[in-house]
Amino acid sequence: MILASGFFEDLFRGVLQGTPPGAVYALIALGFVLTYKTSGVFNLAFGAQAYISAAMYFKVHSVWGWPKWAALLVSVFVLAPLVGLVLERAIFRHLRTASAVSKLVVTIGLSVALPEIFNWAARFSAVAGRQITGIVPDGAGVYYDPFGIYRFNRDELAMMAVALAGTLLLAALFRFTMMGLSMRAVVESPRMTELSGVNANRVSAFAWALSSTFAGMAGVLIAPRFNSLSSGDYFTLVIIAVAAAATGLLISLPRALLGGLGLGWFIAVFNTFLPGLADDHTWLRPFQENLTPSLPFVVLFAILVLWRAVGRQREASDPLAGVDPPPPALAALERHPKLTMFTRLFGVFFVTVVGLVVWFRADVLWMSLVTKAVIIALIYLSVTVITGMGGQISLCQGTFAAIGGFTVFQMADRFNMSVLAAALIGAALAAVVGALLSLPVLRLGGVWLAIATLAFAFFFDAVMVKFSWVGGGSTALLTGTQVPRPLIGPIDFASDRAFLVLAVVALVVVSVVVIQLREGTIGRTLAALRGSEVAAASIGISAARARIVAFAVSAAIAGLGGALLAMHQQNVNYALNFAPIVALFWLVVVVALGSRTVEGAIQAGAAFALFEPLILQGELLGWIVRGEERLPEFFPLSGNWRLILFGLMAMQFARHPEGLVEHGKRRSATRINGWLEAREARA
Amino acid sequence: MSAPILELREVEAGYGPFRALFGVSLAVGAGEAVALVGANGAGKTTLARVASGLLVPSAGSVHVDGAQIEAGVTAAWRFVRAGVMHAPEGRSVFASLTVEENLALSFQRAFGRAGLAGGLDRAYELFPRLGERRGQIAGTLSGGEQRMLSLARVLVESPRLLIADELSLGLAPMVVDQVFETLSQIRATGTALLIVEQQVGHALELCDRAAVLEHGLITWQGPSNEAGAVLESRLFESGAPH
Repeated sequence: MILASGFFEDLFRGVLQGTPPGAVYALIALGFVLTYKTSGVFNLAFGAQAYISAAMYFKVHSVWGWPKWAALLVSVFVLAPLVGLVLERAIFRHLRTASAVSKLVVTIGLSVALPEIFNWAARFSAVAGRQITGIVPDGAGVYYDPFGIYRFNRDELAMMAVALAGTLLLAALFRFTMMGLSMRAVVESPRMTELSGVNANRVSAFAWALSSTFAGMAGVLIAPRFNSLSSGDYFTLVIIAVAAAATGLLISLPRALLGGLGLGWFIAVFNTFLPGLADDHTWLRPFQENLTPSLPFVVLFAILVLWRAVGRQREASDPLAGVDPPPPALAALERHPKLTMFTRLFGVFFVTVVGLVVWFRADVLWMSLVTKAVIIALIYLSVTVITGMGGQISLCQGTFAAIGGFTVFQMADRFNMSVLAAALIGAALAAVVGALLSLPVLRLGGVWLAIATLAFAFFFDAVMVKFSWVGGGSTALLTGTQVPRPLIGPIDFASDRAFLVLAVVALVVVSVVVIQLREGTIGRTLAALRGSEVAAASIGISAARARIVAFAVSAAIAGLGGALLAMHQQNVNYALNFAPIVALFWLVVVVALGSRTVEGAIQAGAAFALFEPLILQGELLGWIVRGEERLPEFFPLSGNWRLILFGLMAMQFARHPEGLVEHGKRRSATRINGWLEAREARA
Repeated sequence: MSAPILELREVEAGYGPFRALFGVSLAVGAGEAVALVGANGAGKTTLARVASGLLVPSAGSVHVDGAQIEAGVTAAWRFVRAGVMHAPEGRSVFASLTVEENLALSFQRAFGRAGLAGGLDRAYELFPRLGERRGQIAGTLSGGEQRMLSLARVLVESPRLLIADELSLGLAPMVVDQVFETLSQIRATGTALLIVEQQVGHALELCDRAAVLEHGLITWQGPSNEAGAVLESRLFESGAPH
């Protein structure tokens, strides 16, 4: 086909070129919408489910040498629905009436744990460079060129065909069948559905099996596009596909298909024309270099923030929610006064003993680990403010921490400024960024806020870090983002002990600030907003102001923590400490253990920093059995166990959405209260 | 004598640490109509929820046709299949589904695909307003209309036992009269009723037996024509009888 001008030909080629990646986004977006529509879960573990089937397909076909149809049968039509059924039965059934935040945290945990569990159970590890072969014969080798300007291979055509057929079939399922209607009803209110005589459990089990099968299908179809299988790639794809799913408000399948294709076209056309423009206008070049990898996140952020319908969408509430018991008060408020006193004394005793042991006995490694735990606990307090008090979920706390870290690096590097002053500037800068970010995103409800903040984190990761005035640019690649330790008069914090004291002081100060905030006007306002935004508004509370303050304070705390962490490690270590995935990890740990209290944050910080050396490397057991040589042979455990245990923790959290530490406290408080009361009654 | 359709034996129930029922026993036989009256906070709604399988009793047992049913969130559908239907209080509709989809969810199970159209017609005959709005999303209906939708579902199906919780709440007086008219019609066809109602007069007129619930206990049971006098002699915090 000959087109009149080069421009239109380029445009058309861009569109054709964008179609295969567009079909990838569309497939994932369709599955994502399917899961959301049938289970009400904003399933960030969708990519993990897709990965499992793809890896199984690879194992069965390429490793065991079974024929393709058998591999497809095993991986997509047996394993995938099975995974869906297990997830429903073990986890999501208990979360049906849970908050959006709890569901999201569980899916984040699963997105990390599922691939690890599969890799461990199937002894699977992807070998780089060994590509997966697609499901159609000679899929990557046979090309079709319908328009004479761009060639599609068979794998790509299969993907597009399945995306289209999937849209039609699923749309028909929802429109014409009783099962489709029941699945939508269960999402809104399982109890009302039961009152219509429908077995809600069976419906949601079917829904999970179906959406998991779709995930598996998408995973296998997409796999040939990757050089090697990695669950991280699938996770990133899901975040991108959320942009496509958002165009249909997560409920419209045809719009998810068009949204996915549109995203593919937009990116391809953008990449077709921008290099040419950047050649003519040199000022465009840095944008061209930095924007391209992050374009999907920019699009996602723009859709969420600019498209008003997303902001207005609220989850339909269950009219029978009143059947659920109200969330219990904090266990600490119900404890017997004697128990409270004993707990405090024991707390002081425990902290003193740990402090003394660390001070006198710890070697360099342990000193450093404990310091890290203290600083991570400080960063976790930022989650306590935004999630524990505000009831909102932010997935860019790592970015705020990175802003703190980079500010210290830049100020010290360029102006030779005192790092402590720079840390305060970094915290202030993070607060400003947090407040600015909160303006457009705060009117988004529940999960949308989470996704907008995640898009921001990925955008910062892909674009901002690469600027020399943020991440140090090419010089940082050579010398690293070095940060000196602080120096106040005669006290040199280059000594690890002195720095630990500094970190503890900072943690105490921030804890006091957080407690003051919680007990003060802002805290009460946030508590009221958590209860009911409408009721709060009707007594004259401004939601916006309290939330902007909470966001800014939370960002400042994270920024300060990031600065301290950079000083501690004498390097910002962005990828290791603050990348979006690491921040997701943080969030799951602190929310699962307890985000409502200051102790929860401290315990979570300790767990995050010390779990691996203490438990997995067997230090604790070694101390108990006196001597490393007496440890069982399977120590030290592989680091992958950390990810699996992390997933198990997220699953446990599904049963106890108030936080695991809080759950344990309540259980023991109930028991001891009963015992104390019985004793008093006897006396 | 055959077993009652529904029987609660020494039921205790509540929400988390809060107890609402303290050992309630109540039976509804085939074709019988029972009015459950009591002040606000006496435990009426909780009793209705236990009776329809929505709420798990913390002690005691629930029997349908003499057989004990393991109650729970996941078992309300068993009650429905056994012919015990519940119209919960308030706006109990699927807000994101259309009026027709709300009804179809129940009717398709009850009447089959072939009987679906007939069931919808009867619902729209009962509440013409719903017929006008059949394609509308239920969440955008007014409060009264949502109530009609919630009632249409159970009234059209004429179950063996209908548990209705505050069904007149939020409806215009004329519509309330019409609803009670429909109730007495389906009663005549053999449906047993358990009516929880603040409009005591209407309820007692319809039912032949009454039970008075106070502070989570049934303190009086007897023929409904005697209930008026009993209620007069007791001081209600609200919802004075008329």
